[in-house]
Amino acid sequence: MKQLIDIVWSQLVTLYQVLLHTFTKADTVQYPEEMPYLAPRYRGRIVLTRDPDGNERCVACNLCAVACPVDCIALQKTEDEDGRWYPEFFRINFSRCIMCGMCEEACPTYSIQLTPDFEMCEYDRQNMVYEKEHLLIDGPGKYPGYSFYHIAGKAIKDKDKGEARNEAQPIDVKSLLP
Amino acid sequence: MEELLIYVVIYGTLFGTFAGAAVLVWFERRLLGIWQDRLGPNRVGPFGIGLAIADIIKLFAKEDWVPPFADRFVFIFAPTAIVMAMLLGFAVVPYTAELHIADLNIGLLFFLGMTSLAVYSVLLGGLASNNKYALLGGLRSAAQMVSYEVFMGLSLMGVVMITGSFRLVDIVNAQAEHGWFVISQFLGFIVFLIAGIAESHRLPFDLPEAEHELIAGFHTEYSGMKFGMFMLGEYLGLILISSMIITIFFGGWLGPDFLPGLVWFGLKTFIVICFFILLRASIPRPRYDQLMSFGWKVMLPLTLVNLLVTGAVLLWL
Repeated sequence: MKQLIDIVWSQLVTLYQVLLHTFTKADTVQYPEEMPYLAPRYRGRIVLTRDPDGNERCVACNLCAVACPVDCIALQKTEDEDGRWYPEFFRINFSRCIMCGMCEEACPTYSIQLTPDFEMCEYDRQNMVYEKEHLLIDGPGKYPGYSFYHIAGKAIKDKDKGEARNEAQPIDVKSLLP
Repeated sequence: MEELLIYVVIYGTLFGTFAGAAVLVWFERRLLGIWQDRLGPNRVGPFGIGLAIADIIKLFAKEDWVPPFADRFVFIFAPTAIVMAMLLGFAVVPYTAELHIADLNIGLLFFLGMTSLAVYSVLLGGLASNNKYALLGGLRSAAQMVSYEVFMGLSLMGVVMITGSFRLVDIVNAQAEHGWFVISQFLGFIVFLIAGIAESHRLPFDLPEAEHELIAGFHTEYSGMKFGMFMLGEYLGLILISSMIITIFFGGWLGPDFLPGLVWFGLKTFIVICFFILLRASIPRPRYDQLMSFGWKVMLPLTLVNLLVTGAVLLWL
């Protein structure tokens, strides 16, 4: 008997508490009209950034393609006349991409970055394959001051070994002089 | 003039209940949305009310398919039976003292009979579909009917005892003298409310169509407008049970004079419908055996106690 009363009472309490929800605000975000808040570090559409001088950051090291768990990144390394490496083509198949951000973590030059944009629906599946001209943006993205070739010890046209920022002069291993 | 009025009432009931059932589909989803901290359907037309029309167009445009393994005649007949029975039930509902289709002197019995007939629709639908889920749904519906039909009728007998009449107009008029029966017949009201939910297969007693266990129960095989008829029947049943609760326990059209009787009737029915939707939003579905034992071990004794006490009071006080 007591159990029965308990059950009935609990049902009545449930009724009352659900009724109270008449006055709570709906959690719904009416998406197309009203954009949901996306954090700056939201993992959405992938972009390739440029360094502050306006050159491509990507050095075609292939680490992103290796890190990608779904193998959606394809690229080919080539070299320009200055000795800089860059990708001949850079292709991301977004119909495979799972927006995991592994490529961004793997990238040694902050080139590949994920942006808070997810609205990339297409009627044709082939349009989901983005080429380099679709991926490249004009700015430096999340890391404004960073330029890989100014820091790394790789020799390019107007910068020889030892001229990079914080880089010591190379040691001549064949000399005994201090 | 009399002649004209009855036609107005008949067609008013027909269109009013059909439109009401269509709008209820939208209204229920909207209200459930509010109670679950969502918005509910709000896209088509103002407040999404166009959903009612869109739903009907969709149902009509769907393929009207009879599965080859089904019992064809019964399969087609089943959905019509529920709508017919529910609409016939509306024949005795007194909207006001003058506005009613048939003022039968056994109105209450007629109503009980018609709602019982509606159960056959579910049974036949489940049987004719030749599908195990549908059969289970029909089976559950049969068990539910057996355990609820008894005290659904008995719970109203207290009211009949006080009034001394099965005529619904008399019952409402008696409430003008005795006060609403929800006070003097509170147990009867509770039992009738619960039996009414079970009768119209509303949640939490929607065991025949329990979608989490039985796909869609008895109407698993139905599509298009045949499914629409089942839905229509369910919502007609909801409106019918609500208006009967109002008529029997909440004084029908009675109310303060500043509004006409019909408005009071509609307003009260609306509130009861909202309460039914609230029940759907908050209370989980009981298990099959829990429902049966609740019916036989709790509700039936309650009804009998109510009946005995009412009889004793009427006899000796």
